[in-house]
Formats: sequence, C-alpha cells, structure tokens
Amino acid sequence: MTPPPAAVRTATEWLSARARWHPLEIIFWIAAFAAIYLFPARHLILTEIAWLGLFALSLDLILGYAGIISLGHAAFFGFGAYTAALLAKHEIIEEPVLALLISGCAAMTLGFVTSFLVLRGSDLTRLMVTLGVALVLRELANRYGWLTGGADGLQGVSVKPVLGVFRFDMFGHTGYTYCLTVLFILFLVARRLVNSPFGLALLSVKSNPLRSSAIGISVDARLVAIYTVAAGYAGIAGALLAQTTAFASLEVFSFDRSADLLLVLIIGGAGYLYGGLIGAIIFKFMQDYLSALTPQYWPFWIGLALVVIVLVGRDRITSWTTPIRLMAARLNWRSLARRSAERL
Amino acid sequence: MSVVLETISLVKQFNGIIASDNVSLQIEKGARRALIGPNGAGKTTLINLLTGVSRPTSGSILLDGEDITDLSTHKRVRLGVVRTFQINQLFSDLTPLETIGLAVSERRGQGLDWWRIVGSRPDLVAEVVEILERFHLTDVIDKRAAVLPYGKQRLLEIAVAIACRPRVLLLDEPAAGVHEDERHEILAAVAALPSDVSVLLIEHDMDIVFSFADRISVLVNGALFVEGTPEEVAHDARVKAVYLGEELVDA
Repeated sequence: MTPPPAAVRTATEWLSARARWHPLEIIFWIAAFAAIYLFPARHLILTEIAWLGLFALSLDLILGYAGIISLGHAAFFGFGAYTAALLAKHEIIEEPVLALLISGCAAMTLGFVTSFLVLRGSDLTRLMVTLGVALVLRELANRYGWLTGGADGLQGVSVKPVLGVFRFDMFGHTGYTYCLTVLFILFLVARRLVNSPFGLALLSVKSNPLRSSAIGISVDARLVAIYTVAAGYAGIAGALLAQTTAFASLEVFSFDRSADLLLVLIIGGAGYLYGGLIGAIIFKFMQDYLSALTPQYWPFWIGLALVVIVLVGRDRITSWTTPIRLMAARLNWRSLARRSAERL
Repeated sequence: MSVVLETISLVKQFNGIIASDNVSLQIEKGARRALIGPNGAGKTTLINLLTGVSRPTSGSILLDGEDITDLSTHKRVRLGVVRTFQINQLFSDLTPLETIGLAVSERRGQGLDWWRIVGSRPDLVAEVVEILERFHLTDVIDKRAAVLPYGKQRLLEIAVAIACRPRVLLLDEPAAGVHEDERHEILAAVAALPSDVSVLLIEHDMDIVFSFADRISVLVNGALFVEGTPEEVAHDARVKAVYLGEELVDA
C-alpha cells in the first residue's frame, strides 16, 4: 500500500520544517558578518561574543537537546584553552586553525571519558559530577605549574598568523573574523546535527528515555555521542579565547565561567541553537554597559535580570519567550501564531 | 507452529516478594495471546522482564531459540521484541510525523545519520505516512504529541511500536482509559495488526480479550495458573473462582 504522493509531499514538508532556513536567521548571519566592516571599533567585544556564543551553543547541545544539565562545562573550555596555548607556546603546532582542531579533539577525548559519569542519575547528580570534574581539572592545572604556569597563568604565548597569512592584532580585527568564521561553520554543523534523525533521537531521549529505548534507541550511546561533540565545541571555544588573547589562566576552568554560561543560555533560551548566541550578545553587552555604569555592582543587575527571566518563563525554564509566543498566538498573528501555537 | 518467544522458569523477586513465579510461556508465530489476571498478578513484571526493563532473578528468555535474557531493551527491540505502554509514553515535543519518522529511521539503522534530515528520504517518508494513515493519525501529523486528544495518543502509542516492525508485540492495555466512543478505532487497529506478528495482549476488559485472543494465559500471584483456548478458560471453574474473589474449590 503506497500513500498518495500529495500526502507524502506534505509530510516531507513538515518533516523538513525544523531544518528550513528562516529569513530572520539569514539576517542574523549577514548582520554578524557585516559587523566585520561596520563596527571595527567593537571587534574586541564582538570577538568575546563569538567565542562565548560558541561555548553556549555547546551547552545548548547537551542541555537544550539532550537534557543534560552541567555546572562544569568550563572543564572542556579550559582544556581546549590550555591545549591551544601550550601548542602555541612550545611551537608544537604553529598554525592556529590546525591547533584549534587539535584542541577540539583533545577536549572531545576528555568529554568522551567523562561522559560516562553523567549517564546515570538525576539533574542534581549531574550538576555535582560536572562541577566536580571542572574543579579537579582546575586543581590539576594549579598543581602542575611547570606545565600550565600555575596561578600566574601561561605567559609568553605568541600566536602565529591564521593560515600563515592573517596576523592577530590588538584591535581584534583578525580575531573577530576568525572567531566568527569558526562559529558559523560549527553552527552549520550543529544545525544539521539537531535536525537529523540523530537530533530527533536526542530530543526523544530528553523527553522520554524509557520510550526511546523501547523503539530501539541506545540511550547511553546517544548521550555519550552528544556529550563528546559538545565537549569538542567547548574546547574549540576555549582555544579561540587562548589564541585571540595569547594567554590561558586557571580562570578558564573556574566555577564562575560554568555558571555564567548557564546564565547566558537561559537568557537566550535553550533548545533552539540561537539561544546561546543571542544570550551571549545580551550578556556581553549588558556586562559591558553595566560595568561601565557601576564597575563594582554590575552582577547585581545580571542577577536581577536572571530572576525576572526565570519567573516570567517559570513553566519552562528553557524558554522565557513562551509568554510572548502565547500572546502572539492569542492576537491571531497568523503566520507566526500558527506555528507557535502548535509548538507550544 | 513455530515458537517465537519462550520463557523458561522465569523468576523475579523484589526484596523477597515473588513477582514472577516460575513462568514458562511459549508464544507461537502469529499468535494472538491474551494475558489476564487480577491486579498485582505480575503481568507488568512479566512484560518488563520480556522487554529487558528488569532482569529476572533466575530463568531465561529465548527468541527463536536464542537466549536474549541479558540483552538490553534497545537490542531486543532491534531483534523484534517491541511493547506498548499502559500509560502513554510518548515524546511530548515531537509530532506523530517526527515520532514515527524517528522510529522508522532507527529501525532502518539510519539513526546515527546526523548529516541528513529525516524528510530527505522519500521511501522513508512514504512508509511513515503509510503507518500514520493506518492508525488514523493523518489529521494530526504536525501536532505535538502532548496536545493530541487522548484517543489519538493511544493510537500513536501502538503506531510507534508498529513502526519498529515487531515480530513479537506486547500490548499493555491498549484501550486503557479510552472513551467508549473511541474504543472501536483502537480495537480495529489492534485487530488489523499484521497476521505474522505474534501479539501478547494484556487486558482487563474481557470483551476485548475474548474477541481478540486465540489462546489465553491466566496469571495469578506471579505464576501461570491456567492456559487454554478462550472456550476452556471461560468455563474453567478455578478461573471463575479467582475472578469472583472466592476460595479455590477443588473440582
């Protein structure tokens, strides 16, 4: 029995709906690349946004898509950062792109090994385990000062030109273009990944692992895979920081960094890839603006914003935009409303 | 007829309480077997043992003569032992289309294919649509499972299992909680299951049991109590006694 072609076509369309490019997405990326030429004076903060966005994207892959909460994602970020800094300092791999890939692979290896610790247990267990792993790494880096520079950080790193051509400069011009390009490529990969059967399987595991295994999905294998990939992303984000600042310190492993990252993702909303990027933009500009306003007390405002965001979207912590979408649906705002009402 | 699924002296104890007591069960190819018994008789425990959700204290489970006692749930599913749930276990954020698409992708071994989207394989989509049509889900293909009417959720529950192409299908009260008016849709779907699939139905509703099954196994206190044709079971004095809550009367 073959179904009518029209039905198959409709189904194909719906199945591809998640993967379709929305005009707003295209505008987003054009704006990001246009900033290379439009805002040269802001390239330093934009560079930070780019690697933070990548770091948050990495957390979104495990939290938003697979439901693994982490308070120690800095472990992979820091591992990538130190790997990149050491490769450059000791002139082992001089070309930054290659060093970036190696740093990513190093972080992936660490992610793979530690993924087995987050397979079992509740959210609380996972918070503690991930937190613990990051603390252990930080102390290891502190203890082995001959390698890492200890509390002083790794001094004397000099990063060679990207692809042997583009020299890093103090204004972040090369840095931003470099970080944005890496972010864009890895975003495209993540976008394919979450819209594939593999991505659907992740969503299914997040929503009901019991049923996932009952349709033949190996839940553990999927979690290990995405945790490993996400660790690689985080490692590359850390390597970008190390390469653009020519420095790595213990702070890359810090608890604050992991906690801020969760904040970034919650600000932007988890589970739709752009959450981390938008969160990174809001977080960095808010931090920039507030710290200029009140150099000492800016975290107060960030904390307040967090409380408000979580209260507004309390039924679904991952998406504070829910009320806005609900309102849109109520106003019968057609094109948007139809999709969102069904998605809610 | 050839035996597909077989249990040999299956025992499951929880802290000294015997939930499955020496259960030896044989299910033939294409069987329509019902498993009945009072509440707490160990029906769900048996399903959990068969699907690998829990491991037996002793005894073994064979599929086509191969021991699958130590296989995990997802591996058994790939071999064709699939179940549905008494309480809906759906993916609340996925649509029926995505849910079935996922199950079919997994079955075809394309679940690790991370570079293509689900909709990019026409033959896969055709199969998904065919399943959705068979289970009357075409009008809700793009709705999240969480917002579907309860009757549709029950249909999806069975459809997902069918998408795994079971050889043995364990149906755990498929019509549980469904309103009288929608029952026939689900019963029709159950009746229309492929004839080469062996079905083990757990059900409380005796009308469904007697219209569906060609053999009935009665489970009491974890042990197989009586097994026979519907005719035999219906006229068995011991079964009547159990269901009427009376003391066993020796014939």
